[in-house]
Amino acid sequence: MDWQGQKLAEQLMQILLLAFAVVAFATGYISGSFQMMVLIYAGGVVLTTLVTVPNWPFFNRHPLKWLDPSEADKHPKPQEAVSAKKKPAKK
Amino acid sequence: MHSLGFRVNALLTLGVTVLALMCVMASLSDNLSVPSPSANVQVLNFNWFQKQSEGNEEVSLTFKISADLQSMFTWNTKQVFVFLAAEYETPKNSLNQVSLWDGIIPSKEHAKFSIHTTNKYRFVDQGSNLRGKEFNLTMHWHVMPKTGKMFADKIVMTGYRMPKEYR
Repeated sequence: MDWQGQKLAEQLMQILLLAFAVVAFATGYISGSFQMMVLIYAGGVVLTTLVTVPNWPFFNRHPLKWLDPSEADKHPKPQEAVSAKKKPAKK
Repeated sequence: MHSLGFRVNALLTLGVTVLALMCVMASLSDNLSVPSPSANVQVLNFNWFQKQSEGNEEVSLTFKISADLQSMFTWNTKQVFVFLAAEYETPKNSLNQVSLWDGIIPSKEHAKFSIHTTNKYRFVDQGSNLRGKEFNLTMHWHVMPKTGKMFADKIVMTGYRMPKEYR
């Protein structure tokens, strides 16, 4: 998943769970059935899992642009000046 | 949200927290309904009334209990535990409570009932104070919810009197 996809996944997860909780509570309260509330919410959790957990393609619409490996050779890592520092300390 | 495990963990944690909030709201919604129960007990007969060898009196009675507890049931009620206690005063104890009968009401349909029975549990006094004694029959109930706090209440019915002599 890319960064935009992760943000989308988190938002979808929160909105879906809250929406299903509200619908489940309202349905259970109005129909007078506690079991109805629990079943609707359980279904909502399963649906949210299917939508947000697997790495779907629509989560990867802004893929990260990694540098080409040949670029890394053109800009070598800076070397630490270890040998220059050690000599004064030994004295 | 960078890996599968992270997303599963976030989903489960949020899911359980929201479920706990729903249960709290369900429990609070019970306060919206006002119960109006009614009960009546008729003592049909004192079957026998004797003093045991240890010096304690025992009485057996047959009574008819009719009650309507349907308004106690909400969507969040699992069952109602109801029991009938005889209450009276003696010189030794300011309050004696003896449980005579109990039952579990599992649903609203069973909450309106009429029972004709002898006492399920023995009515034994501490000593011999019962001859001619006035006593109350109190119906207590405990409403057990599916989630949340259990609460208890009672109805006191007065005006019952023991026989004056052993029989």
